[in-house]
Amino acid sequence: MSGLVIALVVIVGVLFGALLFAAGIIWVERRVLGVFQERYGPNRAGPFGVLQVVADMLKIFTKENWIAPFADKAIFVIAPAIIMICTLASFAIIPMAPAILVSDLDIGLLYFLAMSSFAVYSVALAGWASNSKYSLLGSIRAVGQMVSYEVFMGLSLMGVVLQAGSFSMRDIVEAQRGLWFVVPQFVGFVVFFIAGLAETRRIPFDLPEAESELVAGYHTEYSGFKFAMFYIGEYVGITLISMMVVTLFFGGWQGPVLPPLVWFLLKTLAFIGLFILIRAALPRPRYDQLLTFGWKLMLPLALLNLAVTGAVVLAVGR
Amino acid sequence: MLSILRTLWVTFRHSFNRKVTVLYPEKKRRLPPRWRGRIVLTRDPDGEERCVACHLCSAVCPVSCIALQAGVDEKGRRKPDFFRINFSRCIYCGLCEEACPTFAIQLTPDYEMAEYDRANLVYEKEDLLISGTGKYPGYNFYRVSGLEISGKGKGEAENERPPVDVRSLLP
Repeated sequence: MSGLVIALVVIVGVLFGALLFAAGIIWVERRVLGVFQERYGPNRAGPFGVLQVVADMLKIFTKENWIAPFADKAIFVIAPAIIMICTLASFAIIPMAPAILVSDLDIGLLYFLAMSSFAVYSVALAGWASNSKYSLLGSIRAVGQMVSYEVFMGLSLMGVVLQAGSFSMRDIVEAQRGLWFVVPQFVGFVVFFIAGLAETRRIPFDLPEAESELVAGYHTEYSGFKFAMFYIGEYVGITLISMMVVTLFFGGWQGPVLPPLVWFLLKTLAFIGLFILIRAALPRPRYDQLLTFGWKLMLPLALLNLAVTGAVVLAVGR
Repeated sequence: MLSILRTLWVTFRHSFNRKVTVLYPEKKRRLPPRWRGRIVLTRDPDGEERCVACHLCSAVCPVSCIALQAGVDEKGRRKPDFFRINFSRCIYCGLCEEACPTFAIQLTPDYEMAEYDRANLVYEKEDLLISGTGKYPGYNFYRVSGLEISGKGKGEAENERPPVDVRSLLP
């Protein structure tokens, strides 16, 4: 009975923790972006402007829940929910501390990859159901980008799996007790991080929602609550990718002195900062450059990394 | 690849620079005295209205936001009966100030004129008139012009000679 209660507490805590964290990141991003651009960012609502997110949410929730008359209504409504469900469900396998883990799946890593693949449906259906040219163009780009970057996203993680000898996230973290995987798997880390940027459709991989050419891409026709789902979904995705990077390559909760959860969140925040820095600095490539970069550089690199890691593991043992 | 890393580094270094934002309601920028802000009507050094109701400002105004009606007071000075500026239309171009022959209408470095009600942006003469002389402290139109008003006859202005009796010049 008490085990069930603890499990429920962990599930609810992780779910709302992830959502609150993502909402907080919206504020953090706007402030940090301001720091990089030599301005302040939102600093009026509440101390340091932390209530800005609350104000934005109140505003967006009180907007009219409008559905375009030319849209495919059922799919139009379902599409934003899919991205939220998929990204939030992925948090189930992330070990934030030895005790804070919703589900220690044997195939945790595969589950994460499956869930991130499901997110493609969200953008594809959103663009299709909107029945407008910009939405469709955006979703075509999104699908092309996410499908091709998913290929080497999975491959880049196989080196980690080879070294840890398990798909279970907890085992992977435990295997990094001596040495973080970022050292032997540096190529894998770089490839995974780039793929993660593309999966969350962040600058410089934000071609699906390139505002200068596609209005807002696949969520052009969305407003109010349904737009908020896409918006929060993006930040939940950033949190997810940062947490995955920390778990897989930077030793997860491990670290001296401070409690495990604090270490985990600190490392996560560092990578979120990197996400924001990249957004502040880099321009958007052309679409053919994006795909060329993915298929001709990142995929061979991931394969090479996998082959070399496999050879070393075979020769030396783990 | 290297250039991307350098870009990131340059962007990161910018976070240590001083912020360019001026936190407006707390900190205000010092505005130059010729700043084109709220329009005022000034008075001459004797405290009389400078405006002679010549309609030049109203005529030059590109958005037609100035309305006035000319009148004459008991001393024989031309004055506007009413003078109205609609600041919801005004574009603060300063042409009225340039057109004014008596330095009466002037623009000031004040821009905090926001109102909740649009009707409150229509300023009447008593809202526009200030007690001082504005940017031209010594100038008094009637003291340098040849116009006759009560208390100052023809030829009594500064640098003005007494009027010539044109009949005495006859041969």
